[in-house]
Amino acid sequence: MPLLLPAGSSQSHEWNYLFLALLLLSAAVVLAVFALILVFAIRYRRGSSATRSGWTRRTTRWEIGWTSATCLAFLALFVWGTDLYLRMRQPAVDALPIFVVGKQWMWKIEHPGGQREIDTLHLPLGVPVRVVLASEDVIHSFHIPAFRVTQDAVPGRFTSLAFTPDRLGRFHLFCTEFCGTEHAAMGGSVVVMQPKDYEAWLASQPPEATLARQGAALYRAFGCSGCHGADGEGQEGTVRAPALRGLYGRPVPLSDGRTITADERYFRDSILLPRSEIVAGYGPIMPSFSGQIGEEDLMTLIAYLESLGRADSPQP
Amino acid sequence: MSDATAAPERSYLTEGLTIRSWLLTRDHKRIALLYFATITLFFFIGGAAATLIRLNLVDPAGSLVSADTYNRLFTMHGVVMVWFFLIPSIPTTLGNFVLPLMLGARDLAFPRLNLLSWYLFIIGGAVTLYALAAGGLDTGWTFYTPFSTLYSNGHVVLAVAGIFLTGFSSILTGLNFIITIHTLRAPGMGWYRLPLFVWSLYATSAILVLATPVLAITLFLLAFERLVHVGIFDPKLGGDPLLFQHLFWFYSHPAVYIMILPGMGVVSELIAAFSKKPVFGYKFVAWSSMAIAAVGFLVWGHHMFVAGESVYAALVFSLLSFLVAVPSAIKVFNWTATLHKGSIAWDAPMLYALAFIGLFAMGGVTGLFLAALAIDVEVTDTYFVVAHFHYIMVGGMVAAYFGGLHYWWPKITGRLYPEYWARAAAILIFLGFNLTFFPQYVVGWLGMPRRYHAYPPEFQVWNVLSSAGASILALAYLMPIFYLGWSLLRGPRAGANPWGATGLEWQTSSPPPAENFATTPTVTRPPYDYPEPAAEPAALPRG
Repeated sequence: MPLLLPAGSSQSHEWNYLFLALLLLSAAVVLAVFALILVFAIRYRRGSSATRSGWTRRTTRWEIGWTSATCLAFLALFVWGTDLYLRMRQPAVDALPIFVVGKQWMWKIEHPGGQREIDTLHLPLGVPVRVVLASEDVIHSFHIPAFRVTQDAVPGRFTSLAFTPDRLGRFHLFCTEFCGTEHAAMGGSVVVMQPKDYEAWLASQPPEATLARQGAALYRAFGCSGCHGADGEGQEGTVRAPALRGLYGRPVPLSDGRTITADERYFRDSILLPRSEIVAGYGPIMPSFSGQIGEEDLMTLIAYLESLGRADSPQP
Repeated sequence: MSDATAAPERSYLTEGLTIRSWLLTRDHKRIALLYFATITLFFFIGGAAATLIRLNLVDPAGSLVSADTYNRLFTMHGVVMVWFFLIPSIPTTLGNFVLPLMLGARDLAFPRLNLLSWYLFIIGGAVTLYALAAGGLDTGWTFYTPFSTLYSNGHVVLAVAGIFLTGFSSILTGLNFIITIHTLRAPGMGWYRLPLFVWSLYATSAILVLATPVLAITLFLLAFERLVHVGIFDPKLGGDPLLFQHLFWFYSHPAVYIMILPGMGVVSELIAAFSKKPVFGYKFVAWSSMAIAAVGFLVWGHHMFVAGESVYAALVFSLLSFLVAVPSAIKVFNWTATLHKGSIAWDAPMLYALAFIGLFAMGGVTGLFLAALAIDVEVTDTYFVVAHFHYIMVGGMVAAYFGGLHYWWPKITGRLYPEYWARAAAILIFLGFNLTFFPQYVVGWLGMPRRYHAYPPEFQVWNVLSSAGASILALAYLMPIFYLGWSLLRGPRAGANPWGATGLEWQTSSPPPAENFATTPTVTRPPYDYPEPAAEPAALPRG
């Protein structure tokens, strides 16, 4: 009966150290309090002969002492917990993107190569992974205990999480935000394989066009190519539309003076709420596609836009 | 402590014996008893739901009840326990009863408003109970959108309406307490002569008055969206589901302190009375209550670390969550230090108070795990969180409530309770509680999510342990019904001050007359003014 979770991702080792440090500190404080209570309650039980004169009257020094000790200890824990959190959230530059859509009561998963699976996620060992999450209905939460990651999938926005599996095997995948009748059944497992086995698994799946290629088809079907160009090169003239090629991950100056990074959230909002962030120098003329594109199509389309950015040339 | 005193000739209990005289009473002491009867009913309703939950979880397949029934059970457990037991528990019963007595006042500032609060409470309670009985709802007590507004097929609007009404009861009680504490203190009762229970009720009341309106607005918007389909929280209608969480936790996190602060106040009273010593660092304990009330308003975002709030928000809320734990730690250290060189009686109220310190400390330190961002993203929404808040709410708050109930029982009823049975119940509650909830920490850090009707079999051993503890706990919670019921009818008469405690409430007869004091007392001494023993102490006589 293991008392500690197996460490399945590169971050989970330091997580274990922080957890153990907290556990030891907590146990020390709680045991000290318990011991003092017991010792005092027995030694000074009514009727005992222990000396009771000489009550501590000058309490302020004690108050200052334990208040500052508490503050210092808490500050140290805050710094460690926050630092680790920030490092855990930071995806590697070339992380393998996995797109996941939650819906009552399943996880629908898409690999970059276009392979799809439900409730089971196959991953290669030692490769940094970035999971982009969306939800079709209510809030779900994507939780892999062995990797020490949890992130809610919130309808109406993208969220993401990052990890690097470093242990072979099968691990639990849970939904941890209550989502209705079959909440407890919404989950499955993550299977971490040797990279060559992962490649073999990918190849064994029913042949599908890559996500980017599927997205390119949607790009034309929804008419994006009409303004942004057949290959995302943009358009000048009467109807001006910014270029999409090479955009992903780059800073974008906006007409209101801000500069933001072109990430999934930006792509999503630009498709569904095109007037919220206008690129500097362009007019607010794009119509909203809100209600016309489903979550999965949206992710596929964005996978295409990302592929335009990565290679600087379309590779559908 | 067994001075065989006769009952006082007249008391608040003898002023009118009709049902009408109870239902239309304006006496804070009688209203406290009306509340006591009501919340006891709710405690056992919520407890029954918890019992079924634990029974279902003995089996990993969860075969006792269906998934839908299970989801309705934990929603009912949460809604009833939070709004109809924990929040009203100490303030409306013990607080209502002893606050005017502690201040040397005749009654609360607004006796009619006090009665209105109770009526609002039972009307709201009846509406919510009807919603639960008529098929229930499966949103969890947190009502997260868009599940609650679009997808849940339970009686969401009805349950929310009941809670909305009950909120006004909270606000009126808070208002009544604040004004009473400001205006009705006896001559000589300066702020630093107030018992610490009064300080904690003051801090609690401030939260009740400031936070509850936000809950009312939030629940109103929720019902509005569900009924009229105006987009507030639902992204399909242009709303934002995180807005709901921000609003909900802006009330519900301070509500945690509504639940625990009165318990801290009671424990300060108990520790002083049963150690025969002034509370160590009185001013620090008093002001730590106010600090908790203030900082408690600034930490709601720690419920949303994985919900999609920004990294910067998470950072700030993490730091503030560590900060809010400091005044709680100060209290624990001060209570422990109060025991030093005290004259400690192991009576049942003291056992509850000592249990409170230990269990509250365990609930508190596990709060640090949750405040640390990296740890929270793993254990959030697992049983670790469930164990954490039950250590505070049940291990802490319910223990304080039982301790206070036993402590003031002779004052309330004029009779003593059987000490042996009371101690046995206190010890059983402590053991049963730990067996119920400690395994939940373990199964939580092993990854078991909360609100699961069925679970992977590797978690079974911890769940069986927890359910075994719950059965002990359930029996232990039933014991006071019997021995306190016996005491009510047959218990030996208590004198005015059976514990030899300081505090104005012990200077009037037990049970007190309707007007509380024959003449308004004048306060000339600091609180907990127990004499320091001489250098060569003779053994103190008990009681």
